[in-house]
Amino acid sequence: MSTNDETQPAPAGAPAAGAVKDPKEPPQQPGRFDGVLREIVAGNAMVAVLSVFLAVVVGSLMILLTDENVRDTAGYIGARPTDFFSAVWTSISDAYSALFRGAVYNTNLEGFQGRIRPLTETLKFAGPLILAGLGVGLAFRAGMFNIGGRGQMLLAGAAAGWVGVSVDLPTVLHLPLAVLAGALAGALWAGIAGFLKAQSGAHEVIVTIMLNYVGYYLVFYALSKQGLLQAPGSLNPKSQPMPESVVLPKLLGDRFNLHAGFLIALVAVAVVWWLLNKSALGFRFRAVGENPDAARAAGINVGRTYLVVMLIAGGLVGLAGVNQILGTTTSGVTVDLDAGIGFDAITVALLGRSRPLGILAAGLLFGGLKAGGFSMAAAEGIPVEIVLVIQSLIVLFIAAPPLVRAIFRLPKEATA
Amino acid sequence: MTTTAKVPVPIDKSAEPVAVPRRAALKAPIMLGVVTLLVALLVGLGARAGDTTFQLATDTDFFDLPEITLPSTATVWTLVVLLAACTAASALLASRGRRTPLWLVGLFALLAMTAFLTWAAADESLTVIGLLGGSITLAVPLVFGALGGVLGERAGVVNIAIDGQLLFGAFAAAMVGTLVGSPWGGLVAAMLAGALVALVLGFFAITYFVDQVIVGVVLNVLVIGLTSFLFGQVLTENPDTLNAPEHFSRLPIPVLGQIPVIGPVLFRQTILVYLMYVAVAVVAWALYRTKWGLRVRAVGEHPKAADTVGIKVNRTRYTTLLIAGLVAGAGGATYTLVSVPQFGEEMTDGAGYIALAAVIFGRWDPIRATLAALLFGFASNLQLALSVIGSPVPSQFMLMLPYVVTIIAVAGLVGASRAPAADGVPYRKE
Repeated sequence: MSTNDETQPAPAGAPAAGAVKDPKEPPQQPGRFDGVLREIVAGNAMVAVLSVFLAVVVGSLMILLTDENVRDTAGYIGARPTDFFSAVWTSISDAYSALFRGAVYNTNLEGFQGRIRPLTETLKFAGPLILAGLGVGLAFRAGMFNIGGRGQMLLAGAAAGWVGVSVDLPTVLHLPLAVLAGALAGALWAGIAGFLKAQSGAHEVIVTIMLNYVGYYLVFYALSKQGLLQAPGSLNPKSQPMPESVVLPKLLGDRFNLHAGFLIALVAVAVVWWLLNKSALGFRFRAVGENPDAARAAGINVGRTYLVVMLIAGGLVGLAGVNQILGTTTSGVTVDLDAGIGFDAITVALLGRSRPLGILAAGLLFGGLKAGGFSMAAAEGIPVEIVLVIQSLIVLFIAAPPLVRAIFRLPKEATA
Repeated sequence: MTTTAKVPVPIDKSAEPVAVPRRAALKAPIMLGVVTLLVALLVGLGARAGDTTFQLATDTDFFDLPEITLPSTATVWTLVVLLAACTAASALLASRGRRTPLWLVGLFALLAMTAFLTWAAADESLTVIGLLGGSITLAVPLVFGALGGVLGERAGVVNIAIDGQLLFGAFAAAMVGTLVGSPWGGLVAAMLAGALVALVLGFFAITYFVDQVIVGVVLNVLVIGLTSFLFGQVLTENPDTLNAPEHFSRLPIPVLGQIPVIGPVLFRQTILVYLMYVAVAVVAWALYRTKWGLRVRAVGEHPKAADTVGIKVNRTRYTTLLIAGLVAGAGGATYTLVSVPQFGEEMTDGAGYIALAAVIFGRWDPIRATLAALLFGFASNLQLALSVIGSPVPSQFMLMLPYVVTIIAVAGLVGASRAPAADGVPYRKE
C-alpha cells in the first residue's frame, strides 16, 4: 500500500507532533506551509468531507444493527423486504433529524427564537472545546503532547470558582479576576509538565496524565473540606453556586444559554493565530516542534520554549475550565466540571490539524455533534456515546487521506 | 528518563553523562533528600504514639510467623535516620560523579514505605499479606497492558491504545463469557478483542503511516464510544443473557501456597495471575533470547538495517503488534472475569495510560515495566488498606500518592533512558 502515497510524506499535515517525531525522517521540504495551502486547495477539503461522510455511515450502521425494529423486520426480509427497508429508513432518518434538530434548527418548535435555539446551544458547547483544543494544538505545534486537559480544566475551574465564591467585588473587577485566576491555575498546572520536561527530560505524556489524577484528587479534597471550596454546611463535594457578579453574561438574553465564553474562544483563536504565525515566540514554538536539534543549533533555548508553550497551552485549557464554571455549569464547582472536554480537546486539535482556524471549525463541528447527540439520546433513545464513535472515526479517516481516496476511488493527490 | 517516540533527541543530549555528568548524578540524591525530608516532616508534625502491629501469617501456612509489634514513634525516627544515611551515601557517590545504584534506590523505597506504614498504622494492626496480595490482583491489568506496550514499542510502534485494548477486552470477556458460559471463552474473546484493536492500530499506523500517537488516542476514544454505545443499547437490555459472566475463582497452588508470606501473596490467586507470571517470563525470554526477539528489536531500533538483511519490517511489526494486543486484551479480562461481576461503562478508568507510564518508567524492558506496574498496583491497594484502618491522611491524598510518586520517579530517578530508536516512526521502503 505504501506505493499509494509515495509523494506525500508525513500523514497529511498531521499535527506538528507527527513531524517532530523523528529526526531521521526526511527533513521537511522547504515551503511546507505552501504545501499546506496547496493541500487544501488541491482537494483535501474533499477528503475532510468524505471522512465525515464515512464516519456518519459507520455510525448509521451501528444504529441500524442495534435497532430492534430493523432486526425484527430483517427476520422476514425475504417475505416482505419493503418492511425492512422502511424500518431502516425510519431508524436512520429519525436519528439524524433528531441530531439536526438538536444541533442546528428545530423545525418542531414554533417561532424563530425557539427554532434557532439549538444553534446557540451548539455554539455554547463549542466554546470550551475550541479553547481546550487550542491549548492542546498549540502544545502540539511545539512538539508537546498535552494529555493533561482534564487536570488543567479542573484546577482552573476550582481556582475561578474559589475567586467567585470567596471574593466579594463588583462585576467589573470580579469577573476578570476570576477568569484570570482560572487561566493562571491552568497555566501553572500545565507548566509543571513543561518545567519537568525542560529540567529533567521527564516525558510530558506521563507527567500530564499523572497530573490529571493529582489535580482530580486535589480538587476533590478542596471540595470536601469546609473552609476551602465546599459549600458551607454541606456534605456533598460541591461548592456554592457562582454569584451573579462572576457569571459570564448571556449573549442573546435570558432565553438562550449562549454566554460570553464563546467570545473568549473567538478572541483566543485570533490571538493564537497571531502568536503562531506572526510572532517571534510562535516561530520558536514551530521551530522546536519541527526539529528541536536544529532549533537548538540556531540558538533557541529549547527547554525554556517547552516551559513557555506549556504555560500558554495550560492557560488556554484553563480558560475552557473557566468557561464551564462561570458560564455553563454555574451551579457550583464539582469534580465533573470538565465534562470530558479535556480529552475531547485532543480530537478537536487533531481534526483541526493544530491550526487555530482548523480548531475553530473542528470545535464547532464537535459542539454541534454534542448538542445533537443529547437530543438524539432524548428523542430516539440512542446512547449519546455514538457521538464519540463518529468523532473518533472522523479523526481517523482524516488522518489517512490515502485510505479515503482508495475507498472512494478518487485519483491520487496531484503530485507535488 | 528520556521520552517515547516523540522527541527523543533533545533530552538524550542533556541526559547523557558526557554533557552534564554532575547534574545527572545529582538528581537521585536530591530526590532521596526530598523524600527523607517529607517523611521527617510528616512524623515531626503529626507525631503519633502507640504501637504498630504487622501481621504476617495466615491460617494455612506451614508454620506461623509471629506478629511484629513495634513502637511507632521510635521505629519511624530510626527509619528516618536510615533514610538520611541512604541519601548521604547517594550524595557521596554523586560527588565522585557516580550514579546511585538501583539497589540503593530500592532499599530506600522499602525503608520509606515501612516508615510511612508504621506511622500511618500507629495503634492499629496491618495485614501485610492482604496489602501485598491485593496489590498483585490490582496490578494484573497493568502488567498485561505494560507487556503489550513494551512489545509494540520494541518493534517501533507506539501503543497508546493500551487503554482501548483493556476496555475492549473487558467488554468482550463479559459478553462472550456470558454467552459461552465459561470464563475461558471470555478470556479468549478478550485476547482477540485486544488483537482487533491492535490490528486497527497497525492498519492505520503501519499501512497508512498515520501518526501512531494520534491513532492510539483516537482508538481509545473509539473503544470508549463503541463499548458504551453497545452497553447502553444491548447489554443493559439483556443483563442476564449478555452481561453476567462466570468468574475465575481463586486457585491456590498446593505446596507453594503454604509458604509463609510468599505463598498467600503470590500463589493463592486466580489463574489470570499465574498466566501473568508466565506472560512476563515468556515475553522477557522471547524478546532477549530468541531469533524472533532479535528481529523485533532490530525492527524497532533500525528498520532500514533490518530490511537490508532481509527482515520484513512491516510484517514483523504487524505480528508483534498482534501478539501485544493478545497480551493486553488478556489484561482486560481481569476487570470482568475477576474484579467486578459485569461490564460497566469506561470501567478501566484510564488504567491503560498508567500501563503506558509503566512502560516508559520501566525503560521499555518487560521485567522493569512489570515491576513498575506492580508498584502502581501496590500504591492503589495501599490506599484501600489505609482507608480500612483509618488513615490520618485525607483519603484524597492517599489516592494521589501513586501518581505523585510516578512524577517524582520519572523526573528524578529514572535517569537517562532511551526509547527504541525507531519507536513511532513508520517504515517506508525505498
